Amino acid sequence: MNGKITELILKRIGVMFLTLWLVATLIFIASNLLPGDAATASLGQFATKETVEGLRSALGLDQPPLQRYFSWMAALVQGDAGISLVNKQPVIDQLLGRMSNTLFLAALTTAIAIPVALFIGVTSAIWRGSFYDRLVSGSSVLAMSTPEFMVATLIVFVFAVHLGWLPALANLNAASTLDLMKSLLMPVCVLVFIVVAQMARMIRAALISTLQSSYIEMSTLKGATRNRIVLRHAMPNALAPILNSTALALNSLLSGVVFVEIIFNYPGVARLMVDAVSTRDIPLVQACAMVFCSSYLILVTIADIFAIITNPRLRRGRAH
Amino acid sequence: MSQPFLRIKNLEICVPGAGGKPRPIVQDIELTLEKGQVLALIGESGSGKTTIALSMMGYARSGCSFTKGSVVVDGTNMLDLTFEQRRHLRGNKIAYIPQSAAASFNPAFRLIDQITESARIHGTMTRPEAAAKARALFAELGLPDPDRIGERYPHEVSGGQLQRMIAAMAMLNDPALIILDEPTTALDVTTQIEVLRAFKRMVQNHHATAVYVSHDLAVVAQMADKIAVLKDGTLQEVDETGHLLSSPSAAYTRELLAAAEPHERAKLGDTSSIRPLVEVRDLNAGYGAIKNNTATFPIVHDVSFDIAPGEIVGVIGESGSGKSTLARVLAGIHPASKGRMTIEGEDIGLQGKARSKERRQAVQMVFQMADTALNPAQTIHQLLRRPLDFYDIGDKSRRDARVFELMDLVQIPRSAAGRRPGELSGGQKQRVNLARAVAAEPKLLLCDEVTSALDTIVASSVLNLLTDLRHEFGLAMLFISHDLGTVSAICDQVMVMYRGRIVTKAAPQNLTHPPVSPYTEMLIRSVPQLRPGWLEEAEQGMPALREAVARL
Repeated sequence: MNGKITELILKRIGVMFLTLWLVATLIFIASNLLPGDAATASLGQFATKETVEGLRSALGLDQPPLQRYFSWMAALVQGDAGISLVNKQPVIDQLLGRMSNTLFLAALTTAIAIPVALFIGVTSAIWRGSFYDRLVSGSSVLAMSTPEFMVATLIVFVFAVHLGWLPALANLNAASTLDLMKSLLMPVCVLVFIVVAQMARMIRAALISTLQSSYIEMSTLKGATRNRIVLRHAMPNALAPILNSTALALNSLLSGVVFVEIIFNYPGVARLMVDAVSTRDIPLVQACAMVFCSSYLILVTIADIFAIITNPRLRRGRAH
Repeated sequence: MSQPFLRIKNLEICVPGAGGKPRPIVQDIELTLEKGQVLALIGESGSGKTTIALSMMGYARSGCSFTKGSVVVDGTNMLDLTFEQRRHLRGNKIAYIPQSAAASFNPAFRLIDQITESARIHGTMTRPEAAAKARALFAELGLPDPDRIGERYPHEVSGGQLQRMIAAMAMLNDPALIILDEPTTALDVTTQIEVLRAFKRMVQNHHATAVYVSHDLAVVAQMADKIAVLKDGTLQEVDETGHLLSSPSAAYTRELLAAAEPHERAKLGDTSSIRPLVEVRDLNAGYGAIKNNTATFPIVHDVSFDIAPGEIVGVIGESGSGKSTLARVLAGIHPASKGRMTIEGEDIGLQGKARSKERRQAVQMVFQMADTALNPAQTIHQLLRRPLDFYDIGDKSRRDARVFELMDLVQIPRSAAGRRPGELSGGQKQRVNLARAVAAEPKLLLCDEVTSALDTIVASSVLNLLTDLRHEFGLAMLFISHDLGTVSAICDQVMVMYRGRIVTKAAPQNLTHPPVSPYTEMLIRSVPQLRPGWLEEAEQGMPALREAVARL
């Protein structure tokens, strides 16, 4: 570790916070563009103009947007996401419970998807052009181009409706671990399906471009075994691009989670956000959006920092 | 009679051709080599020399396959072995030294770990034994600080040192056969001589049997006992080195030898009395922000020179000496931090913002890589018509005819007008590149390493063309190259650049006359010559010169 690398990492983190701020601003603008607000939504369409105005000023919705932006931002920096307009509870409390559910789902998916994708990506890069490689490439294109809601609906139809093997809804308060696993099986499978295809393709591409370098030919001519060539010589150099693509693929998990939570009625952040949009609970929508965007940015930043650390040129600087 | 150490018989190597039918890239190869001898494979790019050399390790690059013949090394036909059997010989009994050590070392690991890896792969030595052997080899190859240099990463070591370290890697398991594949081509000439010397000593000390692949006859003459000349994948001639150089039998060998001899073109003679066309004064340039007429990272320092009409001034120097930066500044692509250039007395503007169209027209640049300089989507006609339209040269109705005249000028058949650059050969592309620059009717032509990517014979014809152009149009030229032979052959004046300064300025025939800068002397002595024994002679007095250069 040297000063230069610390500087680079700090810069990268600085960029992350700057982006986060920009994103927060965009979220604020976008959520204000939603038609209607919490006052009209909660009072229904038969409310008089006066009652709507009254509720608006009570909720602080009558203030100018710029002022609302600054007070929202100031509170956000202090970790206060505001009070839900609908059930008057702090947004943070609602989020935290749901967040752990979503994180559990995401972690489970990642834990399964990364080893599977690595295995598929690495093996198809090694046996490039073989029948196996073409089969894997073909099916991953197919998997990537099938919409997730369709996959989800299809497996619910087969395994829950038709065969009756698995519950159609995810129940986190299941009686036994077996039941819990059974109810999580389908949501996790759908998410893994989405992520693995994309990740495996990018791992394959990164590894193949590394395998074409001169130092790989050199290691072949040194008599290295195939495993040694791929795992010891190619992998460390392909790691940075692989990590980056992994981060990107995991981000598609964030969008996949929305469909999965809705279809399986899973009590996560995405479900919460969709509900909040339908009740025009703006503070909650904003907080959920911030959660999604931050996780995206954090993933990408981690991948970048890892790429900086693993690069010996940056790690050691120039000797002369 | 005993078997020779290496015997290649009737070898054919194919790539998939049109319609999936195998197309031979190497055929009818018959070669033998006795133990303790060095065989050179020489030829131009695409002659199949590397493909043949790699076959001795039972290795064919992706897409290539062995279709006929045998390659017997020490009694074993490499082509009959399984992958596993070949693997046991590679890096162990047969070792490979590649062209670019910089690309062939894995950037992610320390050098010592890579150099001792073949001992671990083949289980020949323990790790400490291998490391000790590597350090001994570093010392033998004349590397500085042999005990610790291995702890570095590849990017922390210079190109010449890396090339020697990759030789140490090859020697680690005491191979019976070493394959050296253009091992000094990527190096500067002053570094090349050091590395060549180290290699030769190593080959002699270990009584190694070696195959040396190169395109450079002069280098090969120093290293090899026997030379095999290749062209388009077939063998032209094999002979003992001295005999092949003095009395070549194949026509192609004679052609190669003739191209290697410096072929002097007609020169201008003394130009000191002629009023200069181009004057450059006190030029400074570099990278980063410019403050007080100095760049943060200065590259070019205080360069001044004149070019007379029709004169060719050469700039020579090693990589990183600032030659290309100088050309880019003169072309107006890169701002100077200080200095000025006048053409016919008019200031052309080297600093600050964009030049006017007329001034840009006056200075045209020919880039090294015609492949990347020519737009692959345009036809030759479009490429040559473009500068005519852009600078509004001549009557509109005459421009198509002018395009054909330009094609005649650079000897490209008129029928090629509708073709795209991808359909032309390397030499033809470079001619089109030249014609494109000439089409703008410049006063000064900047040629940046225009022949470096070309094979000797093709390069020679491009040089002829350049000489014709200057006689015909009185074009002033700045000819940048790293190759002293090329520069001496066509330039009236030569400027030697070292670390961004011009250390010597003289007519080519006077470069050897003292007093010249020690760098110039070192440069001239480092240029390989065809006669065997040159390497040993040139090394005399080199250490003293190197010290003098280091003090510059």
